[in-house]
Amino acid sequence: MESVETFVSTPEETQCYHCGSDIPPGSSFYTRINNEDKRMCCPGCQAVAQTIVAGGLDSFYRHRGNDLSPTTTDLIELESLTKELALYDSREIQQDFVQNLDTDQPSATLVIEGISCAACVWLLENHISKQPGVVKFSVNLTNHRAQLSWQSKEVKLSTLLAEIIRIGYKAHPYHPDKEEQLLAKESKRSIIRLGVAGIGSMQAMMFAAAIYAAEIAGTGMDEKYVLLMRWASMVVSTPVILYASWPFLKNAIRDIKARHLTMDIPVSIAIWGGYFASIWATVFNTGEIYFESVTMFAFFLLIGRFMEMKARQRTGRAGNALLNLIPASALRINDQGEEELVSATSLQPGDRIRIKPGQTIPADGVIVRGFSSIDESALTGEYMPLSKKVDDKVVGGTINIENPIELEVTEVGEKSRISSIVRLLERAQSEKPYVARVADHVARYFVGATLIVATCVYTAWYFIDPSKAFWVTLAVLVVTCPCALSLATPTALTAATGTLRQRGLLITRGHVLESFSKATHIIFDKTGTLTEGRLAIQETFPLNGTSPADALMWGAALEALSEHPIGRAFIPWYCFSADSIENSVGKGIQGEIDGIRFRIGTPSYVMELSGQDIPEMPDQQRQWILLGNERSPLAWFALDDQIRRETRQAIRELKALGLSIEILTGDTSPAVQRIAEKLDIDVINSGMSPEQKLARIEALQAEGKQTIMVGDGINDIPVLVGAQTSVSMGAATDLAKTNADAVLTNNNLQTLAESIRMARKTRTIIKENLGLSLTYNVIALPAAAMGLVPPYIAAIGMTASSLVVTGNAMRLTRKPRELKTSLVEAPKKPANINAGT
Amino acid sequence: MEIVILLIPIALILTGLAFWAFFWSVNSGQFDDLDSPAHSILYDDDEDMIPDDAKVDKKDTKQNHD
Repeated sequence: MESVETFVSTPEETQCYHCGSDIPPGSSFYTRINNEDKRMCCPGCQAVAQTIVAGGLDSFYRHRGNDLSPTTTDLIELESLTKELALYDSREIQQDFVQNLDTDQPSATLVIEGISCAACVWLLENHISKQPGVVKFSVNLTNHRAQLSWQSKEVKLSTLLAEIIRIGYKAHPYHPDKEEQLLAKESKRSIIRLGVAGIGSMQAMMFAAAIYAAEIAGTGMDEKYVLLMRWASMVVSTPVILYASWPFLKNAIRDIKARHLTMDIPVSIAIWGGYFASIWATVFNTGEIYFESVTMFAFFLLIGRFMEMKARQRTGRAGNALLNLIPASALRINDQGEEELVSATSLQPGDRIRIKPGQTIPADGVIVRGFSSIDESALTGEYMPLSKKVDDKVVGGTINIENPIELEVTEVGEKSRISSIVRLLERAQSEKPYVARVADHVARYFVGATLIVATCVYTAWYFIDPSKAFWVTLAVLVVTCPCALSLATPTALTAATGTLRQRGLLITRGHVLESFSKATHIIFDKTGTLTEGRLAIQETFPLNGTSPADALMWGAALEALSEHPIGRAFIPWYCFSADSIENSVGKGIQGEIDGIRFRIGTPSYVMELSGQDIPEMPDQQRQWILLGNERSPLAWFALDDQIRRETRQAIRELKALGLSIEILTGDTSPAVQRIAEKLDIDVINSGMSPEQKLARIEALQAEGKQTIMVGDGINDIPVLVGAQTSVSMGAATDLAKTNADAVLTNNNLQTLAESIRMARKTRTIIKENLGLSLTYNVIALPAAAMGLVPPYIAAIGMTASSLVVTGNAMRLTRKPRELKTSLVEAPKKPANINAGT
Repeated sequence: MEIVILLIPIALILTGLAFWAFFWSVNSGQFDDLDSPAHSILYDDDEDMIPDDAKVDKKDTKQNHD
């Protein structure tokens, strides 16, 4: 087929300097940063970069390192957004989230979207603090919250929110829900626990060192000093055991009640058994004390748990993400037919509301007036808006695109569609399959074995020398104390989690690495996961000798004001706007350029203008739209959601790892088939509702398959939660990210293959570690059982075995040998399809 | 050795102080954000404090470098 590919860009700069997206061929946007012209992908990034440079904050680009800024397509809508932001100035809405509302200096907590690195925090703080009227603005990098206080007489809140958008971020008011407050409390408590364990165990170790030193030197210490040190170490270790180690005991009790042997049980037996035996020894001044061993042990374990918790918090969970989806306000039409601004929560079924183009629909309802197209991507993941007319149902949280419409509210709050997705999510959560863990498996046998051996030893010594029986048994329990064993798994997991985080996969639940290593099936959502999730112009097919550059420019001029995804695809070629633009829903756009009428859209609509026959479509597979003027048709544009650049290679690598691959999508169009063919994926499930998706995953899992689900939209959330392991894209909605077990922060599917290799390696290392620690126990146990192990030797042995295990786990942080090249090296193509010469 | 009888209680009191200081710092929010302070020290917020002539130097070297 003869086609004219669009222009080739300079080879070294194919990615936007600001956000790192691919620069569409033929576009030219530049910003001067640090005396160099840097290429930008779109006017949005250009405007953001210019704002940053104009504010003298260009060192942002030096600070941020390799992290990229969020894409900025929303900036195009800044004007309409500003109107919506103005709602946040109204008192009625502010009273929900603003503190000190009645004073001159109110303050509010905001959730900021788009923060990826510390430089973002720096940029935000510097830019906003410079605005007149801002008293204080500080951003928390960990939870992406900002504290803002401002002078209400000097500046409006909406102005400041707009400023945040102008440098490329998004801000929502934040109202903490109950769960959120509990989480914050819990995270503070775990830091305190860690600190208490750290301080206490160091002190206990100090006293123990003195006692051991005297013992090893053989000189001996006066009885009274030893006694004093024993009491002192009891005092310092008591908070470590009673406060810091409390969660272990709590979990152990829970697991015993559930008749489920886990690692927490031997851990608790070791910690509490050792502690109480040592108290006994101290009070009655007989036998040995183990305060330093048990407190150190508790400290090590708490470090591991703390790391895990921190990783979970990093997902950038924007609290009550769902509330963000539904706007805080609505335009209600009262009985007199006047508009009034009310908060969305006060809407009742039967209310009439008006929704302007670009606004989010605040509640489920039926259209009573007007027609428009509605973007349901938040709900279904599909980027093409649906045309809706009178009597059609619309869902809260979706976006009205083209024309103002009036709704009669049918469902609010709990009953609305979005809430029902959340309910589906809750169901899936409660039915999530339990993933058996290696460590727990080992623990089960280990606990049993230890208890049996301890009983045998006690019985044997009872007949040999009853006075020693208790102390020998305790030595057995401490020596076999599953220190190395319980460190075997967490150290390996922590090392692997840290390494993967640097490579672009953020793991937020403990079982991910294990499930990754066992996975047999990997299931992808299509839009936004395998593909970019937005329309792009794939090909320009000029007619009647038009130059492709002109065609693209005219198309962009007509689509300039459009919020439709098709319009956005033309943004890179935007130079000027056409005059007297008219929009016909579902058909296309008409406008005047240099006094000539142009149309873009469906072929019949465009050809109406010139009255000629519709020219032949270049092919039937893709979606084509036509551009024409009063005289003749000018060009066809092929629109498609592009497959991500690295998808093909990623799929190939995953297959090489022996995984079965499936597509699970709500899309019904032939595009699904085409993408599957291109990527060589055999199993396709298209046209699936969230319920069906969940059912499909559950069916696979019922067959005993180990599944990984990769998705991004709100519609994917139930299935993400229901799958054994779920991965969301970094660009996914916050709600999807919060509910996924892992997040691909770099949006690169190839990282997935790397992670699976890493997970398998981690599994090997865990097995080695378990082997090492069991070997240690097998050697130490008979010695302890014979009464040959004094406590300091036991402590040294325990530490040594722990160090060996930790050292082995650290191998996971090393750079892997270039596995990629040896496994699958795709025949390298000189360039991708678009950059043809 | 008698000094130990005095030193150990002192050590215990200091440990108690350490616990208290730690609780106070956690509760006053110093541990809420453990990531950004580590980076913020690297940002040259002090650019306006650099004397003008020094600034010129910096730019010159930069241009030479380019």
